[in-house]
Amino acid sequence: MARVAFEDVTKVYPGSVVAVQGLSLDVADGEFLILVGPSGCGKTSALRMVAGLERISDGTITIGDRVVNDVPPKDRDIAMVFQNYALYPHMTVEKNLAFGLRQRRTSRDDVRRRVGEVSRMLGLEELLQRRPGQLSGGQRQRVAMGRALVREPDVFLLDEPLSNLDAKLRVQMRSELKRLQDRLGVTTIYVTHDQVEAITLGERIAVLSDGVLQQVGRPQDVYDDPDNVFVASFIGSPPMNLLRGKVTSGRVIVGDLAFDHPQVPNGDVLVGIRPEGLRPVGWDHAGSGFELRVEVVEPLGDEVLVHGSVEARDADVRLGSEEATLLADTDSDRGTVTVRLPPEERPEAGSRLLVAPAPGAIRLFDATSGLAIRPA
Amino acid sequence: MSSIAVSTKTAPGPLDPRALAGETGMVERPRRRFLPFDPWHLFLAPLAAVMLLPLVWMVVTSLETLAQTRHFPPILWPGRLQFGNYAEAIHKSAFGTWFWNTTVVTVTIVVSNLIFCSLAAYAFARIRFLGRGVIYFVLLATLMVPLQVVLIPTFLIVKDLGLIDHLGALIVPNLVSVFGIFMLTQFFRTLPIELEEAARIDGASRLTILLRIVVPLSLPALATLAVIQFMWTWNDFLWPLVTILTNQNAFTLQLGLATFQGAHQTTWHLLAAANIMSMLPILVLFLAAQRFFVRGIATQGLKG
Repeated sequence: MARVAFEDVTKVYPGSVVAVQGLSLDVADGEFLILVGPSGCGKTSALRMVAGLERISDGTITIGDRVVNDVPPKDRDIAMVFQNYALYPHMTVEKNLAFGLRQRRTSRDDVRRRVGEVSRMLGLEELLQRRPGQLSGGQRQRVAMGRALVREPDVFLLDEPLSNLDAKLRVQMRSELKRLQDRLGVTTIYVTHDQVEAITLGERIAVLSDGVLQQVGRPQDVYDDPDNVFVASFIGSPPMNLLRGKVTSGRVIVGDLAFDHPQVPNGDVLVGIRPEGLRPVGWDHAGSGFELRVEVVEPLGDEVLVHGSVEARDADVRLGSEEATLLADTDSDRGTVTVRLPPEERPEAGSRLLVAPAPGAIRLFDATSGLAIRPA
Repeated sequence: MSSIAVSTKTAPGPLDPRALAGETGMVERPRRRFLPFDPWHLFLAPLAAVMLLPLVWMVVTSLETLAQTRHFPPILWPGRLQFGNYAEAIHKSAFGTWFWNTTVVTVTIVVSNLIFCSLAAYAFARIRFLGRGVIYFVLLATLMVPLQVVLIPTFLIVKDLGLIDHLGALIVPNLVSVFGIFMLTQFFRTLPIELEEAARIDGASRLTILLRIVVPLSLPALATLAVIQFMWTWNDFLWPLVTILTNQNAFTLQLGLATFQGAHQTTWHLLAAANIMSMLPILVLFLAAQRFFVRGIATQGLKG
């Protein structure tokens, strides 16, 4: 067991490509931390630096009480599960599991005992004599987990371990993984680009973008109260609705909606509302919400996602190209609003809907910096 | 293609392509057949016959009398088969010595090439060091220098080493080959780097990674290199001709075979018999190593 601490860690690749910039992050002993971000955000580089597969350009990484910057991977007491599993194709499952122990000159009896334990834990007993090529995707995934577990490491590093599985298996392995981690209580750093996986699995999640840490916190906190526009637009499926608004002397005006927010300075703001934070209201409530022209209705069984564009009489609520660069998905059409509704309230495409934000559902962000504006 | 399919049907092993096909969901499409065999055979069979003709002729010649070999037009069926030619070829020459010499030289060179080329290739493929690109480039450039150009300089070096007229003259300059380094480097680069990273985390040293991970996954490439090197060395004539001057005890097969061809008379029947005997090891090697040529298992541990 050990804690892992990043202190001002920077990774620069040849050609001055900055993958990770000034990352400071503490992973407590036994914690399950998720590094999440879009591809190319530096999360895998961060993980590989912990593993020792990548040199640290600047800053320090500490595992337990030891700065490991110059410690080779084998002496760091870590185990890693690779995205493509990296099982040794020419060895049987048993030999794959035992390889790490053998390298550490573990006695034959100990190797047999621990391989036995792990294969029982993961249900691999039947597969011990097979080679990776003869296993299904889920079985390979389990062997890869087993190879990491068998060494009883201080820290577990997982690099998108579920991304090669089909959707159904992924959900199943996800819960299996969570159970396993709960039971073993090993410090785990888990990298994923899938924010759903991040929210469901982690005790804490750390959101990265362009090598810079955006926010760390409990999944629910990050979801409810994002630190900036990037996190707001990255976490959540569908992401938070973001509309452009204006503040004049303590009054926020966004399209047809206006409300008081005395602590906000004058200027442009971005107004964020989660899809479940919008509720349809009767037409007699005009002025308390937006008028939405329904464009697409997506029934999901337990809920309906309604995508529509805002009909604003006074001002354009669509984000400008400048503001759109702050978002996680810069290509998406930023004029639309998504509302999450119960199936029985399903509207017709082409109809009009008046939606109002639920109390406390509105988040404000600075239009230039993208940072959250929070009541003092 | 059809012959491969047939062979896997009779012996389904871990490399059975059908197992892999099932995994990726590929199904062999049943084809309508107008002939009981692949139409390509109509083209390939005559071609094979043309290729085989010289070999057949050699076999026939080796079973004829000297007089029959000189007959024109060539006699393609000698009537009585002169199996004694083989014994005569062995007894009238130092065939045993030649065969032994060639075996020693070839096996030494093949083994040392496998070792040294793997080591060098692994360094070029995976270890970052100053000047790696330049050294690799210079090495590759030497592949473009023809043998005739380096023949005399190499001869002088070998002479300075005092190896002329010894088997060492044949072995030392060929202990490692640039071609082998190049071939293995290219192959090692195709192996997934994650396997080696996983092994590093598992605690393996560079050498362990090379021996336990890289080499087992490179068996097809190593086998190919071994066969190519074996053939080159076994069949090499020019270099032994240049360096083995007078010492008949250091003659290789190819040098020895040339002695059947005299200035005044060539004993064609004995030459053919000796030729066939000298060819056998290569034939056996080819048949044995055939399965390695089909590239194997290197990527099976990764995602499908």
